[in-house]
Amino acid sequence: MARSESVEVPLGDHVPRSASAVPATTVTSRHSALVRVTHWITTLCFFALLVTGVEILISHPRFYWGETGSVLTTPLFKIPIPSSRALVPSGYGYVLPDQNGWSRYLHFQAAWIAVLTGLLYAIYGFLTGHFRKNLLPRGTDLSWRAISTAIASHLHFERPSEAEAWSYNVLQRLTYLFVIFVLFPLVIWTGLAMSPAFVSAFPATVNVLGGQQSARTLHFFVSLALVVFLVVHVVMVCVAGFRNRMRAMVTAQASARKERI
Amino acid sequence: MTDLSRRKLIIRGLAATAGVSGLGVAARLAQKYGLVPPDHGGFYGLGETLTYASQRLLTRHSMAREFSRSQISKRPLANELAPPNEAFKRLQAGGFADWRLSVDGMVDRPGSFSLAQLKSYPSRSQTTMVQCEEGWSYIAEWIGAPLSHVLDAVGVHPQARYVVYFSIEPDWWESIDMADALHPQTFLTYGMNGDELPVGNGGPLRLRVPRQLGYKSVKFITHLTVTDSLKRFGKGLGSASPEGGYAWYAGI
Repeated sequence: MARSESVEVPLGDHVPRSASAVPATTVTSRHSALVRVTHWITTLCFFALLVTGVEILISHPRFYWGETGSVLTTPLFKIPIPSSRALVPSGYGYVLPDQNGWSRYLHFQAAWIAVLTGLLYAIYGFLTGHFRKNLLPRGTDLSWRAISTAIASHLHFERPSEAEAWSYNVLQRLTYLFVIFVLFPLVIWTGLAMSPAFVSAFPATVNVLGGQQSARTLHFFVSLALVVFLVVHVVMVCVAGFRNRMRAMVTAQASARKERI
Repeated sequence: MTDLSRRKLIIRGLAATAGVSGLGVAARLAQKYGLVPPDHGGFYGLGETLTYASQRLLTRHSMAREFSRSQISKRPLANELAPPNEAFKRLQAGGFADWRLSVDGMVDRPGSFSLAQLKSYPSRSQTTMVQCEEGWSYIAEWIGAPLSHVLDAVGVHPQARYVVYFSIEPDWWESIDMADALHPQTFLTYGMNGDELPVGNGGPLRLRVPRQLGYKSVKFITHLTVTDSLKRFGKGLGSASPEGGYAWYAGI
């Protein structure tokens, strides 16, 4: 179906196996429309979730382990920032303005859109073989030698080979799979485990995490891991050639030409 | 080419029509089955409606987690000061003997209950968590009369959909749907951890709604109204929370 439509707009994953198959100046489709659209919706949602998450955190920048915790109990750790609540002994002489109302509304709205987008992407990824073809590392790439070579070239900030404009390298594949199938599900799970109504129906989702405050603490750390991923991801895009990679994710056009930054 | 793009156009047109009318039908059904929150208007209406509708479908009869006595917090945070108004001070001076809870609206026998009358109903207790939207929490044993007993006593009309409840503090009021109002863990709470409910935790009377965040458990309750519509209350958003920028439904 989609193939018959691709007369005008090249869609899909018909990625050349090697750059040599593509003349050096050809501009061809890199990412499918669905991957590009879901990528940018997710990006937008992630920033909304991050900003509002930080705002909500500011109202109680203390973390606990177990079921309960408050200013009357010993925290696991505190974040040394001012708070938006006078109740919290932050050590600062002032209280920040309360932003929780709209932050909470936006946090959950963005979460819904992100989850529905992620669901669409996951269904697409399984049905079209996107995960198998583009993200699952090839068997030969999974040797320690191949992985350590890839790590070494990343640590030297080497510009990627031209083939990598068309296909992900082994570290990218492993990282993307980890983010999609471990970090995203974990951040959704730990978020839901803080909902008193959700856990009334599914108590095991919070009990196995060690309690509601443990879920909150884990939610914080998984979010932190996602922020680390975001930073590394953007740095790598810049190293690989910001304009080219950006164009590939926006218009699907990627060129194998050497690029000037 | 032209055939293809015409077919594409027709298919897309049909899909869009089906999508829009599907959404319309979904909205009608959601409205009919009480799955749309009163603060559904505006930019965040989509997220709020999805949350409320899905949790109503999933959690209508589910029970808030109960804890063992050993898990009761040794220092439950009393995050409230006594209301500074004269009426409260006068009632407090009299040991709350004259505290009244008036019940009206869509009921057969509107009336007013003293604390002693509420305590004459079979007393229940639950060991549940108070969870503040800010992030802190504590576990306590809550003692009181299930709200459903009082609603049975006054005879709620079948078309009732919400219970609106008011604190003695002005501009502090909330509402819940009948699923929460009739829920066996929704208590008119007058005791805590084997004792009277302290003022700092909402005494002498607090409505506990343990499947929602703490701000739905309004302290110092004096008045309940049963209604089929929230439009006539305040700005029509359901409670004081949305008027202050917070979500009406707080089961998150």
